[in-house]
Amino acid sequence: MKDRITLQVARYRPEKESETTFEEYEVPYTKDWVVLDGLNYVKDRVDGTLAYRWSCRMGICGSCGMMVNGEPKLTCATFLSDYAPATVRVEPLTNFPVIRDLIVDIGDFMRKLVTIKPWIMRQFEKPISEGEYRQTPQEMDEYKQFSMCINCMLCYAACPIYGLDPKFIGPAAIALAQRYNLDSRDQASSERNEILSSHEGIWGCTFVGECTKVCPKHVDPAGAIQRYKLSAALDSLKSFLMPWGTS
Amino acid sequence: MVVKRQLEPLLWLLFSAGGVFAALLMPSLLLLFGFAYPLGVVAPPSYEHLRAVLSHPLTLVVLFVLCTSSLFHWAHRFRYTLYDGLQIKHLNEVIRLTCYGGAIIGSAAAAFLLLRLGLS
Amino acid sequence: METPIYTEYHPRWLRRRVSTYWWMQRRSYFAFIVRELSSLSVAWFVVYLLMLVNAVTHGEASYRTFLEWSAHPRVLLLNVASLFLVVFHAVTWFSLAPQAIVVHFGGRRVPGSMIAASNYGAWIVASAVVIWILVRA
Repeated sequence: MKDRITLQVARYRPEKESETTFEEYEVPYTKDWVVLDGLNYVKDRVDGTLAYRWSCRMGICGSCGMMVNGEPKLTCATFLSDYAPATVRVEPLTNFPVIRDLIVDIGDFMRKLVTIKPWIMRQFEKPISEGEYRQTPQEMDEYKQFSMCINCMLCYAACPIYGLDPKFIGPAAIALAQRYNLDSRDQASSERNEILSSHEGIWGCTFVGECTKVCPKHVDPAGAIQRYKLSAALDSLKSFLMPWGTS
Repeated sequence: MVVKRQLEPLLWLLFSAGGVFAALLMPSLLLLFGFAYPLGVVAPPSYEHLRAVLSHPLTLVVLFVLCTSSLFHWAHRFRYTLYDGLQIKHLNEVIRLTCYGGAIIGSAAAAFLLLRLGLS
Repeated sequence: METPIYTEYHPRWLRRRVSTYWWMQRRSYFAFIVRELSSLSVAWFVVYLLMLVNAVTHGEASYRTFLEWSAHPRVLLLNVASLFLVVFHAVTWFSLAPQAIVVHFGGRRVPGSMIAASNYGAWIVASAVVIWILVRA
């Protein structure tokens, strides 16, 4: 087994080019190396101008998302041994504008995240003297899966709808909105409904399901969206059939 | 704008209902009427038996629900496929009109044909 | 939003366009489009069904003519292709249903496999009823 492997890395240097170019780097290969190790080797020993994001190197910060052989992956969790001895192609995440080399701008997502109000909102606040809002394990299980999102943006790279219509709010934002809607301590589902029930919200989604497939934390954003579609549609039906209210 | 907002969830419900009915009933019906009967794999039903089955009020209702919901299922799905797959967003209004309009006309035709059978 | 001014410290970002053939680039995207296009088969069957109803309304002779017409190679091909697509629709629909439908029973969540199983069960029952009604003398 060879102890070297070739990385074909996309470069974009706006000061001298207007398109992506590919450069090949040969890096050492061991069974326990991940793509990020290869990139770090390139940066340390071969070409210090290579620009990319990474941080925790253990799959929890969500910084190192890139396209590896055309699939959105966390480079700290993608083993070179899965591709060896073939060349590994590394490109920046699809559907996002590229700032430089492998770095994309996720400002669009950050702005959308704020619009769905990802914090607990109450209609009636308890005074502090009455203690904390308590929750049973079953109540936590309702939303726990959707709270595991690390904002790595792999789902946005995989979602063809987001690629075709950048106004689409996207899987992670809707999953996070559901995390709060389903939280028993939150009382503001109707406030989030305004944004979510627009065409750029859940109704733009056609349940391709790619987001769930690529999610490294098994959040299942597609499931969150479909569940919200069902509950929002049933609510709509109720208010359509009984416009005088149901309470 | 408000009407459009209210409409989208209801259209999605129709789409879902159509998907369920189409999934449950169409495979067996198409297997029989599109494949088995024409090829003679199974003897087609006698005219009297088929007419009796089809004219039964329950059958008429089931078939009407199947036809209407399936047409709206098609309309909703096809509209989004054209919008996303072909990226022809500028024809958005035309697409919506054609798809849902087609579904409405088809449902009216279904109602007419089924009623006519039931009453004849 | 104001147009960003590109300066030395804010270089031009690369915005990649989505190809018109995006749906051919991955197997899962292609399967998704086939699934969506199965709706055309669904619509076709409604038309075919209504043609059958029309034929039956006009008497035995027109019913027989309809059966003969449905045995024509082109019609047969269309219907067999539609059958595959409709079955594909049914299978994908029932296997995706558990992601959309979360049911709680007795304080616990019903597992997705049970939702899918009950959907498939309903499919088998409905098909059996249809076949039993129609394949009788």
